[in-house]
Amino acid sequence: MADLLSRWTKKPGRRGTAVLWALLILVVVWLLCHIRDIGWMISEMGGYLSYKFIRRALLVGALVSLCAALLGVSLVLKRYSMIGDGLSHVGFGALTVAMALGFVTADSLPAFLPAAVRGGVAAVCASVAESPLPFTLVVVVLCAFLLLRLSGQSRMRGDSAIALISTSALALGVVVTSMTSGMNVDVYNYMFGSILAMSASDVWLSVILSLVVLTLFILYYPRIFAVTFDEAFARATGTRAKLYNRLIALLTAVTVVIGMRMMGTLLISSLIIFPALSAMRVFDNFRAVTVSAAVISVSCFLVGMMLSCVYSIPTGAGIVGVNLVVFLVFSCVGVAKG
Amino acid sequence: MALIQLRDVTIAFEGTVAVDRVSLSVEKGDYLVVLGENGSGKSTLMRAMLGLVKPRSGSIVYGDGLMKNQIGYLPQQTAAQRDFPASVEEVVLSGCVNRMGTRFFFNKADRAKAEANMALLDVTKFRKKSYRTLSGGQQQRVLLARALCATDGMLLLDEPVTGLDPEATRELYDVIRDLNVRHGVAVVMVSHDVRGALRDAKHVAVMDTGMDFNGTVEEYAAQYLNKAVKARG
Repeated sequence: MADLLSRWTKKPGRRGTAVLWALLILVVVWLLCHIRDIGWMISEMGGYLSYKFIRRALLVGALVSLCAALLGVSLVLKRYSMIGDGLSHVGFGALTVAMALGFVTADSLPAFLPAAVRGGVAAVCASVAESPLPFTLVVVVLCAFLLLRLSGQSRMRGDSAIALISTSALALGVVVTSMTSGMNVDVYNYMFGSILAMSASDVWLSVILSLVVLTLFILYYPRIFAVTFDEAFARATGTRAKLYNRLIALLTAVTVVIGMRMMGTLLISSLIIFPALSAMRVFDNFRAVTVSAAVISVSCFLVGMMLSCVYSIPTGAGIVGVNLVVFLVFSCVGVAKG
Repeated sequence: MALIQLRDVTIAFEGTVAVDRVSLSVEKGDYLVVLGENGSGKSTLMRAMLGLVKPRSGSIVYGDGLMKNQIGYLPQQTAAQRDFPASVEEVVLSGCVNRMGTRFFFNKADRAKAEANMALLDVTKFRKKSYRTLSGGQQQRVLLARALCATDGMLLLDEPVTGLDPEATRELYDVIRDLNVRHGVAVVMVSHDVRGALRDAKHVAVMDTGMDFNGTVEEYAAQYLNKAVKARG
């Protein structure tokens, strides 16, 4: 029997198939054993769905996961995955600064300024603090271009430059926070994410931005592939590689800002990196990797969200956990495929 | 009219002159090999011909229906490409991006061109295979097919046989000669494989920041053979 099995599994293709089936059977058996729990979880989830903020979070989260996964494929292959991480820290710094602006009042501004100017500045600050997302978006987009520029330069290595900027932004954020509001629940939420952080206007902004990201990615897919695979060739044959690099950085910045409220500053980059890496373990053409990264990302988000609701785990951490499990499973399959 | 005409091209980076007053022309159907040591500026010269670096002075003129963005380029492979998940078909088709203009997606003509070039370089049988699983020689053939999608008349090859075993090297040279002789594609090759490159070349240029030599293969053989003899004597 063992001899037969070993002979049958000699061919590498078959070995992969065998392992895939074994894994699939294991998963199905496991699911069958826990069918009661799963049914309970789904019914619990059904209950949660009656809450408006959960529905919002599901909508925004699914869109962000999709965008992050698509961009992630290109970023990981171009060795730019650290940009996502750097940008999230910059986003944190910008958010805390935006919130701190809420403490600016007309009286706290220098007295030599005319009263009208002081009033105007205070009003602008108040409105920024009220809805910090647009402000953060602008800062992060600008930083994305800066990081892209730095990573292209050889004088200061790109990865060190990114680490420099991201830690500085994080430090700035912490300093600003401690000088104004102190480490409160809001700040904790920015760090580790919360599905409660979304206001109705945030949701609209997020949905529109995600749709823009998706549309641009699909329209420019052939060019994004060309630039990702071989920038020198693309540039030589007249593709404006720098423009598309900037497009990718811009879309990443937008995705990071939308996603970080829910996933948290510390975890958002996993949304960009994990699905692409998992997909690359198993699939070996660009289209399959892109599509499967998107599918993996959205499914991991939904499962993670469900776990987080039912077991009260922080959403971001739950989603990363599910992504990690998927990555490990896909790695096994990839090794088996040979 | 030449496909590419370089006149007194000088290129410098941060004060260091990499290419010094080089003049060169490539005609239709030509096969030019640019030789030189590492750091002799031969790769920089090639990048200037592709419009990737701007010369400090001098002029580069494209003629005979050749557009600057229609040169088929075979770059040296990067580390990122070795484990890049892309099928052969996707890689070859990506050579058609410069024909898209304002279109967003590939059309039938692009796909047909990719198809024809895959057949020409005998990689159609790998079309669904992943680029990263191919051997070095096969990968170069795939990249050649992609380069041909981007051009109708001219290939620029940057050290195409680096890292290939002797067998694959010979095969690749045969393929390139075939493209030159049978399909009339002008070839410019940067190389430091002197013997192999000279087998099929029509013209030779030797770079050492400036242009040390520029002539036919026969002239090159005569002059450099003499030098070698004199040096020994």
